[in-house]
Amino acid sequence: MQEKNRGLALFTLLVFVFLLGPLVIISFTSFEPGTVLKFPPEGFSWRWYENIFEVKMFMTTFGTSMFVSLVGNLLALLLGVPAAYALSRFQFKGKGLLNAVFISPVLIPGIVMGFAMLKYVIITYNLPIYAGLLIGHTVIMLPFIIRVVASSLSNFDFAIEEAALSLGAGKVETFFKVVLPNIRSGIIAAILIAFLESFNNVDISVFMTGPGVSTLPIQMLTYVENNFDPTIAALSVLLMIITAILMFIIERMMGLSYFTKR
Amino acid sequence: MALLTLENVSVAYDNQYILKDFNLNIEKGQLISLLGPSGCGKTTTLRLIAGFLEAKDGRFLFDGKDYTRVPVNKRNFGFVFQSYALFPHMSVFDNVAFGLRLRKVSETEVKQRVEQILDVVSLGGFEKRFPKELSGGQRQRVAIARALVIQPDLLLFDEPLSNLDANLRVNMRVEIRRIQQELGITTVYVSHDQEECFSISDRVAIMNKGVIEQLDDPATIFKYPKTEFIARFIGFNNFITFGERTEQDGEIELRVGGHRFAATHNPGTANAQAKKCAMRPDDLIVTTEAQADLETNRLPGTVKISTFLGRSYQYVVETDLGDFTVNQEMETPYKSGQTVHLLFPKDKMVLVD
Repeated sequence: MQEKNRGLALFTLLVFVFLLGPLVIISFTSFEPGTVLKFPPEGFSWRWYENIFEVKMFMTTFGTSMFVSLVGNLLALLLGVPAAYALSRFQFKGKGLLNAVFISPVLIPGIVMGFAMLKYVIITYNLPIYAGLLIGHTVIMLPFIIRVVASSLSNFDFAIEEAALSLGAGKVETFFKVVLPNIRSGIIAAILIAFLESFNNVDISVFMTGPGVSTLPIQMLTYVENNFDPTIAALSVLLMIITAILMFIIERMMGLSYFTKR
Repeated sequence: MALLTLENVSVAYDNQYILKDFNLNIEKGQLISLLGPSGCGKTTTLRLIAGFLEAKDGRFLFDGKDYTRVPVNKRNFGFVFQSYALFPHMSVFDNVAFGLRLRKVSETEVKQRVEQILDVVSLGGFEKRFPKELSGGQRQRVAIARALVIQPDLLLFDEPLSNLDANLRVNMRVEIRRIQQELGITTVYVSHDQEECFSISDRVAIMNKGVIEQLDDPATIFKYPKTEFIARFIGFNNFITFGERTEQDGEIELRVGGHRFAATHNPGTANAQAKKCAMRPDDLIVTTEAQADLETNRLPGTVKISTFLGRSYQYVVETDLGDFTVNQEMETPYKSGQTVHLLFPKDKMVLVD
């Protein structure tokens, strides 16, 4: 028994090394004082962290990424929360199908989604690049909003809503005074998860960006194609920290249970 | 005139009728229970009255006005849910104050009325607590206070005690009855627990498959169930179906397989020629004495099963009219296989449809 546990512990350790190793290496190399990525680093310097703020394109694309992720998030919320509510609250024909349609952007390969979006949004309807990017990111975020909000509504006792109605509240009033406050943590978690998905997205963004308009991950790809200095390592570390903070908040908000349950 | 009238109401899901041409009248100030097995339509009826469901056909009249299309939030009915349905993000005070604030009552009056109603449900001093800090019984009291504080025209209960443990259930039902009588508020109460319904109601409606089979005061139902379904539901589990029925000078005589029985007239039955009798296990008598002087209302039989119930013994007695269940208190019980006589007191033989 003891032997078996030790073997399992070793295996777990290896998995952790495999998962976290690259992140640790990236973190170390970001402090490299020289101009080439090296591991282990030959010294310590904040030089490449400073460089991030000197590359103008990083700043511009960071702005673009923030804009599409935040505004797209708002749009996805406006579409997703009512959809999640309807899917949880009511029984109707075609509910399963509708559920599948809303979740489909997660299941379809990003490349396929991206190409399809390019074809319709940009080529057929000839929308401006910024608008296309925004639509694309709204679509990326929508399934996450719907799923997380629906999961938090699944724990909601709809008799509470009926109680409010019976006490004289209208339907809209009931939603804002009784339903919303009780799924608030779910909505915040949905916003953060969707934000991460959108902010880190490459496969759809790559089709929807164009001359003069790009997102941060796309700009990072472009940068790596031309430069091999540790700036990207430094930027990655910053992004990891932001992600970690957001994940921590999500965990606090509703636990990570939504990853394990459908 | 009745305060509440359901007139030929129908409710259906996907063309399957839960209620069809359903009628119900409720008098002002009464507590009426809807009782029945699950799926009988009692909750549907309650939700229809509350306005959570819309009738496909028929009318709902309340206090002389047509309420059929009046939305829930305009009805001013208090509803108490099985799951309590308190607002988890609000304190007890805010939960109870919710309906008053929607009615734009001034804060001073809100405070006064909330405190007053919390006293009625014996929860004074709990204002600042949150629902999750309360026990099941306390939550239900908050739910009742919340429904009462708006001075509803009608109070509706949907199995309010089924989530509580047995002792609390008895205390709470006495409490509900006390509050209902104190405030004289017309109440509709749904439950599948017959003891609960019988103990607190002015009248009980027993429902089966979307129809009210009997609507009477509890004592009448208990003594004179109208139909076999009701008789079974309230604990009559012995039945005899007779072949012949004669009536002379108000005395009813029934015959089957060479046996003669006298029975009591049941004022409730719709069929004046009912030939089926229902009997409670407590009302039959098992004896070994031949009692030859009795020509009617007796059957020879054999004890098939004998079980100990604590205060009494339960026997299943096999006769040529089938098996009968009898509960009887005694010192030395009969044994399985023993030959006995079953006696059927005339006034305990109830004719049912």
